[in-house]
Amino acid sequence: MTAVASRAAGGPGDSKPSLKGKAARGSILADKAATVVLWGTGVLVLAILGGIIVHFAMAAWGVVSLNFVFGDPSDTNLGGVFPVLWNSIYMLGLTMLIAVPVGILGGIYMAEYARETGILGKLTTTIRFAEEAISSVPSIVVGLFGLILFVDNFKWGFTALSGALALTFFNLPLMTRLAEQALRAVPQDERSASLALGATKWQTIRHVVLPLAIPGLITGVILTAGRVFGEAAVLLFTSGIGTPAHYNFMNFDLTSPASPWSPLRPATTLSVYIWKLNSEGLGAFKNQIVDGSAAILISMVLIFNLGARLLGRVLSRRLTAA
Amino acid sequence: MAQMTTAYHAPGLRAKRSFMNRIDAPQIVVLAAAASMIFIVALLLAFIAWQGIQLFVKDGVPVSQIFSSTWQPDMTSPNVSFGLLPFIAGTVFVTVVALLISTPVSVGLALFLSEVAPQWARAIVQPALEIFVGIPSVVWGWLGITILVPFLSSTFGSDINLGLPVVGTLITIPGFLTGFSWLAGSLVLSIMIVPTITSVSYDAFRAIPQELRTGSLALGTTRWQTIRHVLIPSALTGVLTAVVLGMTRAAGEALAVQMVIGNSPSMPAAISQPVTTLTSQITLDMGNTVFGEPWQDALWTMSLVLLIISITSVVLVRLINKRRMGA
Repeated sequence: MTAVASRAAGGPGDSKPSLKGKAARGSILADKAATVVLWGTGVLVLAILGGIIVHFAMAAWGVVSLNFVFGDPSDTNLGGVFPVLWNSIYMLGLTMLIAVPVGILGGIYMAEYARETGILGKLTTTIRFAEEAISSVPSIVVGLFGLILFVDNFKWGFTALSGALALTFFNLPLMTRLAEQALRAVPQDERSASLALGATKWQTIRHVVLPLAIPGLITGVILTAGRVFGEAAVLLFTSGIGTPAHYNFMNFDLTSPASPWSPLRPATTLSVYIWKLNSEGLGAFKNQIVDGSAAILISMVLIFNLGARLLGRVLSRRLTAA
Repeated sequence: MAQMTTAYHAPGLRAKRSFMNRIDAPQIVVLAAAASMIFIVALLLAFIAWQGIQLFVKDGVPVSQIFSSTWQPDMTSPNVSFGLLPFIAGTVFVTVVALLISTPVSVGLALFLSEVAPQWARAIVQPALEIFVGIPSVVWGWLGITILVPFLSSTFGSDINLGLPVVGTLITIPGFLTGFSWLAGSLVLSIMIVPTITSVSYDAFRAIPQELRTGSLALGTTRWQTIRHVLIPSALTGVLTAVVLGMTRAAGEALAVQMVIGNSPSMPAAISQPVTTLTSQITLDMGNTVFGEPWQDALWTMSLVLLIISITSVVLVRLINKRRMGA
């Protein structure tokens, strides 16, 4: 189109044909350059991500082994990171146990009940403000809040429970927002049809909207889980900073601080362990252990992301086909 | 069954039902779940504010002292001083440089995704950005330590002279001795905030009606002219929101920054020198201080400053968006 325009402008009879042609050529050149630069940003992102993955694959080569994961944790030269990996998984489970139901219920309110006008409208505005406020508070401050509230005031000490509740506080807004988006994505016609059949609002939500929103909800849960899994700043001063200890997984006594199943015990996660190793800088094999641990964290993040995508796609295909 | 009939009433009857009747049990439960976030914010503000003022209330430190640049928190030292200026300045400077690096790239990326990229390219880059979001901050910090810091120290180890061929040297930046520096912190942060700025600006560009693009192109402009003169001005408030959100994330990031900036509690001297930030000092000192001692109270004051920064940015985003709605 631009070529046509420039030819018309630079046609015979025009007093300065070459100049206008040059201006048009200049803008075409600028457009080409811009296109190249914008493509460059996309390539840059992929290059950085690819570089990171390759870097950790190489760094983990020869470090991550069965022994590195499941070896004796008291031998600090070896790794034996399974106890801290277990703690990461355990903390994730404990956090999601609270954050998922509360987040989905809150999402239901925001998507289905929230009013935009009147007193209830003011309430909606306040909830949204709170949602944005928690999301923007630095994670280290949320960790300090957990320290003062759970560790000190409630006298729970540095425990998995203190950490998991602080993590819940931090990630509840994300879970709520993703749940709200998933519910809002359900077409309005589905609700209207259900209500027209005489169902109450709650029956409609329970039997029509929620089942249709399941793929979106699961994606939301997994995205939140990915953020919970790698978080460290919230946990530094709530669930404790320690070294991997040998756990007896047959100890199911939930009140015993020695049981790996108990929420009332210190729980150093993999991310916190990386930070601790780096800041203390002890041990001849520190770098290898951190590289290996970071490689495990990155793989988990990749698995979460791909898992969310695959599961969402499979579920939505199955549900729309049914 | 009783519930079923209420929905069956004629619209006229609905208005007569009392307030209590209109609220059913599930509604109360979901409302409580959503409103719990208000409760959390109120508690958090109350506790951090209370702890944050102890330095002034209990320890009797004058408020003006936190604006001094001398950080001497050890009570056994002869001139104790709780100047927070080095930390506040460090946070601001590290964040500003991170934004200067990250904003052009992120806005470019948002434009690429919304205006230039074909479907297949978008299907690759968008998931890649989501993986970026998921990479834990300790991993970014570790990458900074193992790749960026050694690179800075080996490549720019000696003094760097910036100048013009004829005029000669204009500024000399001291070399990166160890590599742990303000610039290292800003570079790590600039990568970490790319997904935030990109996704919010992308939404802003997507929200522009298609007519504006076709209208502009029909006038014979190139795509780049349309982007520069039509799309960027239209999405400016959205892009501004994105930058504020990126700033909030950068100012609040703790571990990745702490791992690479060298943690020197003095005023930032040069981009190649170690600095410190509010978050990294809290991270470092919290575990080594005793609850109730002035040193730790000063750390709580730092967290109050961080909280004020983040709440201000939320209000700022609201104001920017209100202006957009009004315009």
